[in-house]
Amino acid sequence: MIRALGRRALSLLLALIAASVVIFVMLQAVPGDPAAFMLGMNASEDAVAALRAELGLEGPLVVRYLAWISGMLGGDFGTSYTYRVPVAELVSERIVVSAPLAVMALVLSTVIAIPVGLIAAARRGGVADWGIMGGTQLGIAVPNFWFAMILVLVFAVKLRWVSAGGFPGWDAGLWPGVRALLLPAIALALPQASILARVLRSALLDTLDQDYIRTARAKGLSRRATVVRHALRNAMIPVLTILGLQFSFLLAGAIIIENVFFLPGLGRLIFQGITQRDLIVVQSVTMLLVFAVILVTFLVDLAYTFADPRLRRR
Amino acid sequence: MRVSLVIGAMLSAVFVSLAAVSLLWLPYDITVLDIAGRLHPPSASHWLGTDHFGRDMVAMLMAGARTSIAVALVAVGIGIVFGVPLGLVAAAYRGTWLDEAIMRGNDLVFAFPSLVIAILITAVFGASAVNAILAIGIFNIPVFARVARGGALPLWTLDYILAARVAGKGRARISAEHILPNIANLLIVQGTIQFSLGILAEAALSYVGLGAQPPMASWGRMLADAQTMIYTEPQLAILPGMAIVLMVLGLNLMGDGLRDALDPRLRKAGM
Amino acid sequence: MSALAPCPSLLAIDGLSVAIQGTDLLREVSFDIAPGEVMGLVGESGSGKSLTALAIMGLLPDSSDMRGAVRLEGADLTVLPERALCEMRGRDIGMIFQEPMTALNPVHTIGAQVAETVRLHRRASRAEARAIARDRLDRVGLSHIGLDRYPHELSGGQRQRVCIALAIALRPKLLIADEPTTALDVTTQTQILDLLRDLVRDEGMALLLITHDLGVVAGMADRVAVMKSGQIVESDTTEALFRTMRHPYTRALLAASRPAARVAPSTVGAPVLEAHDVARHYGATRAVDGVSFTLHAGESLGLVGESGCGKSTLTRVLLGLEPADAGRVSLLGTPVGPEMPTAARAAQQVVFQDPYGSFNPRWRVADLVAEPFHLTGRPADAEAKVIAALEAVGLAAGDARKYPHAFSGGQRQRIAIARALITRPKVLILDEAVSALDVRVRAQVLDVLSDLQKRLGLSYVFISHDLSVVRAITDRVMVMQSGRIVEEGVTNEVFFNPQAAYTAALINAAPVIPEAWLDGHVGWSWA
Repeated sequence: MIRALGRRALSLLLALIAASVVIFVMLQAVPGDPAAFMLGMNASEDAVAALRAELGLEGPLVVRYLAWISGMLGGDFGTSYTYRVPVAELVSERIVVSAPLAVMALVLSTVIAIPVGLIAAARRGGVADWGIMGGTQLGIAVPNFWFAMILVLVFAVKLRWVSAGGFPGWDAGLWPGVRALLLPAIALALPQASILARVLRSALLDTLDQDYIRTARAKGLSRRATVVRHALRNAMIPVLTILGLQFSFLLAGAIIIENVFFLPGLGRLIFQGITQRDLIVVQSVTMLLVFAVILVTFLVDLAYTFADPRLRRR
Repeated sequence: MRVSLVIGAMLSAVFVSLAAVSLLWLPYDITVLDIAGRLHPPSASHWLGTDHFGRDMVAMLMAGARTSIAVALVAVGIGIVFGVPLGLVAAAYRGTWLDEAIMRGNDLVFAFPSLVIAILITAVFGASAVNAILAIGIFNIPVFARVARGGALPLWTLDYILAARVAGKGRARISAEHILPNIANLLIVQGTIQFSLGILAEAALSYVGLGAQPPMASWGRMLADAQTMIYTEPQLAILPGMAIVLMVLGLNLMGDGLRDALDPRLRKAGM
Repeated sequence: MSALAPCPSLLAIDGLSVAIQGTDLLREVSFDIAPGEVMGLVGESGSGKSLTALAIMGLLPDSSDMRGAVRLEGADLTVLPERALCEMRGRDIGMIFQEPMTALNPVHTIGAQVAETVRLHRRASRAEARAIARDRLDRVGLSHIGLDRYPHELSGGQRQRVCIALAIALRPKLLIADEPTTALDVTTQTQILDLLRDLVRDEGMALLLITHDLGVVAGMADRVAVMKSGQIVESDTTEALFRTMRHPYTRALLAASRPAARVAPSTVGAPVLEAHDVARHYGATRAVDGVSFTLHAGESLGLVGESGCGKSTLTRVLLGLEPADAGRVSLLGTPVGPEMPTAARAAQQVVFQDPYGSFNPRWRVADLVAEPFHLTGRPADAEAKVIAALEAVGLAAGDARKYPHAFSGGQRQRIAIARALITRPKVLILDEAVSALDVRVRAQVLDVLSDLQKRLGLSYVFISHDLSVVRAITDRVMVMQSGRIVEEGVTNEVFFNPQAAYTAALINAAPVIPEAWLDGHVGWSWA
């Protein structure tokens, strides 16, 4: 089991290295001189040369790549041209908004999806099942950023229960911070919860067709006990896969939804980076996002081996 | 569940035909701005009113449908054209270095959320509808490769594949003659799902300014423009959003219906 | 349960009828089981025997419509509420199923699964339940297996023992066993049947044994009921039933299940397929380890062995789909292997076991049968040849236009034979070709095969785990164990006087009907 996980960790490490090469090469492939590109058409040659030196654009590609990677490993993400501050500093200011938002949304969607999926599977073909299937079908079709706008319209503009956007900062206390993230988290969570609930339902129904469910019923377990004791844990295996994939969607969704609520998160940072041609910010932040996705993939693999004994000792 | 197939197909057909009509004819020219006629409420001449530049909302929505469908369709095409052969090859050479290389390549692309791909592409080449297609299409490749490989692997263990090998057929020929027709159902269903995800992704990319650029109309851009006016003109945000929801809902219902209709296994109820 | 209605029978089924979505699947089924009695329920697939078991347990699908009564010690189970049925299941009636590989929950330990039955019906602490589980697993012969093992770590036979342990954990009055040994090898089957027989004797349980195999009921059951199309056609004490054979269906079943030994060994022709010291390894596993034989023209050679003995690997090597790691195979003098010329492959074709996985469901029969023309190039009269091949196996010309799903299992095997014959091969490899078929259909397909051999001078390599079939169709037989041929000889001699201990064990393990019971049924041979 440890060896299998070690192999998996190694393959993910390779993916990480490959991803960093892809990101690096792509941004080096920006047509023309990145420094000139960043400064715009009218920059003087001296300014361009100075920027090139500052960005570490001199020297062979391999050396520059290694410099970037070793810097990232040591926490040095480079220096933003626009803000003239270390990118690491910008990231650490912004991540305290984006990460809690993604985690809140993930927790919320799981907490909603599991009971809903269970009810739908238990009442297969019944009114509750039809209602849930219809509702989740709608939930999947709703773009989360539009749903966020509707939430703002209803809860901030019409009902005035919460503010329409902005973030007071965690210094203002835990509750004001959480409150500011509540609507965005709901907007992110509901579409994901719809997907998760549907996956859980179909996984449960597949499991309920298995022979060992018949064995459990022949032992004298009631339908409900069979679902809880025998079907649920087996059905969690496909659900885990989706949960892992969802993290990547939630991260992307969070980046977009920050725009709706004017939240100062990684998303705003990266879009500013693009419009202001602050490529070092784009490069480092995308690398960070990819790292987060790969890390979650590994955690999901870890969870697999706990859920399914067949994956141990291999 | 034939109901969902019918409703889904009808909803999808409405939007596809609106997009098709928009290629030849639009009720108003959306490249002409009419500041005087801005923010008209719905009327006989403008059924859904006009936007902040005085453009007719019906025309904008029709042109937006065209952009959405074109982007999503081409992106699905990219996914199928590159992904399905990769998946078939991986399955045919299961367990070899070739399979391993293809699957690790898939993992690599999956590590980039499609938005991150889009960010990278636009950072390098600038924002445009074509780059949105590329970003969504690249993400579709591993999806189709995985579905094709997953569908093909169990087929490779069946006796008719062995019989075809005894009849002297090679892996490529078997993949084309025996495997592909039998995973076509899976690919059609996945195609509708990716189509609807493509519509959502296009809307999101355009919304954050990484997709279609003006004057090209796009539902996502309409939402971005409407956001600042949500207090005073909420209908400008509601209408394109509804269009997205209905289109995606239609495609998803159709996908579900197709899966049920194409699945030969008739599941029995009870346990 | 009820002291008011004393009843000699433990279980009384009275006029049980079941319909699912308007289709009558069981019609007026009635039989009794006395305490401690073994009742055999015999029938072909689709006869309704498994449905009868599910009806007794109250586990029919929701959409089914049931009439009649199922009385356990006088109390009608069909009128009990679900809660009472849950209490009854596992405590009064235990059940085991055909497929041990999937009957256990993969994410729970075997100890937990056995203990669950105990804790469900009885106030028992975790430790007590574990102790009972240990005792029951010991009882079924798994004393060397820990409670904390998972199902995937056990063999098929061991898993079936776990299933039995959890079914008998509370010493139920009745055990229902639905084809409990069909998925197992013949030697494992004997062990499981012995275990069931001992349990019935020691624990005083009654047993309802559902099977398609007349040999199994002959050795196990006190009484037998024969089922056909949802009805019981004949029922009697076991010996009386076999001795009298009143119903023609019973006679047909018996005749088909005991194909006559091959009478006239054909004259030996020139060698067509030769294997010299063939070996095939997967890593450290020697799947095939030094196999040599010669197949002559017009000859039938049997290959017998249990699952995992290497016969599937040997088949793929003989077909030239996998290379031999050592030794060589030659077909009509041409070396066989993945690189052999396609035209040479046409001299040898194959028929597989699974009639449902053998055909691409999207192709018409005409195209399926014509597929091996890929080896020779499609002749101008391909269509006529396809029709001739179909007619040779007893199908009609019109069948060429149909898709495979329109055919039954037996008809599909005929199509598979037609496909194998289309290139006029000299050698046919029959890989468990009749194993998935019901006995009567099997007899018909075997008829087709021996007729074709006579007419076309074919040579067969007949691979099977089923000794009675091998005995009926082969001239010589090889017995394979762990990749090696442990015995080879003329079929009749090997069967009457096996030399290797393993061969003897295999032959003794096969369930048989005592010959004395069958005196007077001379007309039963299929040949």
